[in-house]
Amino acid sequence: MNTDNLPHNNNYVIETDRLNIYYGNFLAVKDVNLKIPPRKITAIIGPSGCGKSTVLRAFNRMNDLIPSARQEGRVLFHGKNIYDPDVDPVQVRRMIGMVFQKPNPFPKSIYENVAWGVRINGFSGNMDDLVEETLRQAALWDEVKDNLHKSALALSGGQQQRLCIARAIAVKPEIVLMDEPCSALDPIATLKIEDLMRELSARYTIIIVTHNMQQAARASDFTAFFTMDEDRAGMMVEFGLTSQIFTRPKNKQTEDYITGRFG
Amino acid sequence: MTRESLDRQMRQIEDEVLLLGSMVEQSVLTAVDSLKHRDIDTAHQVIEDDQYINEKRYAIENAILILIATQQPIAHDLRLLAAMLEVSTELERIGDYAKGIAKVTTMLGDSDIPIPIREINHMAQIGISMLHRALGAFIAENPNQASAIPLEDDEVDQLYNKVYRMLIDMMIADPSKIDHASLLLWVAHNLERLADRVTNICERTVFIATGELLEMDTSDDEAV
Repeated sequence: MNTDNLPHNNNYVIETDRLNIYYGNFLAVKDVNLKIPPRKITAIIGPSGCGKSTVLRAFNRMNDLIPSARQEGRVLFHGKNIYDPDVDPVQVRRMIGMVFQKPNPFPKSIYENVAWGVRINGFSGNMDDLVEETLRQAALWDEVKDNLHKSALALSGGQQQRLCIARAIAVKPEIVLMDEPCSALDPIATLKIEDLMRELSARYTIIIVTHNMQQAARASDFTAFFTMDEDRAGMMVEFGLTSQIFTRPKNKQTEDYITGRFG
Repeated sequence: MTRESLDRQMRQIEDEVLLLGSMVEQSVLTAVDSLKHRDIDTAHQVIEDDQYINEKRYAIENAILILIATQQPIAHDLRLLAAMLEVSTELERIGDYAKGIAKVTTMLGDSDIPIPIREINHMAQIGISMLHRALGAFIAENPNQASAIPLEDDEVDQLYNKVYRMLIDMMIADPSKIDHASLLLWVAHNLERLADRVTNICERTVFIATGELLEMDTSDDEAV
């Protein structure tokens, strides 16, 4: 898999270099060389078990929390391997935030959900301003501005997910990883998140794992297609501009998957 | 294979496009025949039957739009559907050429103008043969076959130039024939355009296979 010609510059935020990820003795992800362009939305698609979430979690060392998981190869963040011994995983996760499948706000107020991460990072500025600015960026402010101190759990699913995005961007990360962020949401809430992703991509690099191919087609700039080999090891088959992947995929496996004939 | 419904409906639309193609082929050949035999009744029939061609084309367009809206086809599936939309439009326009030729038959009535029917008939035969094979290549999605067909357009152009010259000479020799001779020019022009539209169909066949839209060279040297 060669991604050298896409896009036409060398400024990648994340590059994986022969990334292999194991769960115990099982090779879950094989030889992935993926380059993520900055301030774009990159979608990772593929059938269940192809390793796409595993790769996503490797980008901010979330796999460290799974005892049997280990990886080989490098994940370069601006050229620095985030798995080097001198790298603090907490610092990595501050720069590379994550939003999950199921909205998981803290059982606290809306305000505290946004302020929490910033406060433990030692923020000393005007917290009210920061909360407002962040909620505006997350396209949630107008809906919650009169209820900032009510419980986040009272919000709708779509609002909770936008709050989780606000929580992720409050600490001003460079990258926001999204693992199936809309799979628990209705179509309208889903479109709102997609619009929000588009706005956020002006400031942040977004990498989204999705089972919804129409969502990848609608919402992303680049698409990586993963599948698994005969040993069930996940691997990347094709990476390219979303407009190319969904109209003229180069690989037959990609075509079969996106047209719904496999997987 | 998990998209049986989409695949089945696409095959049905392909069948309809082929059916439209054979209606159009028949219409052109019958129109030229009506001119050859000065058969005004047959010409009226061609003019009347054009509505069935138009209806078939709208039915195909409708079926394709419904399929796009309900099945979200992408990649090759979407290219095939978009190409069929285009091809059915080309076919419908070729049907209009047949109707135009039939109209000339009715307007000539029983005038004694000599018709260069051998050349006109030859143009129609070549054009319809090209169309028939172009549709075959389209359904087979065979870009190599499709790429070869537009080259045959040269022969149609040469015949067109010949008919054009014959009719102009006729007008110069006898200006009272200008009205009817220019109607015959129109017939030759329609048949020349028919071959051009076949080229468009061939371009769509290459598009389905490769995703590339390219203009096919037919070394155009028509008279006007």
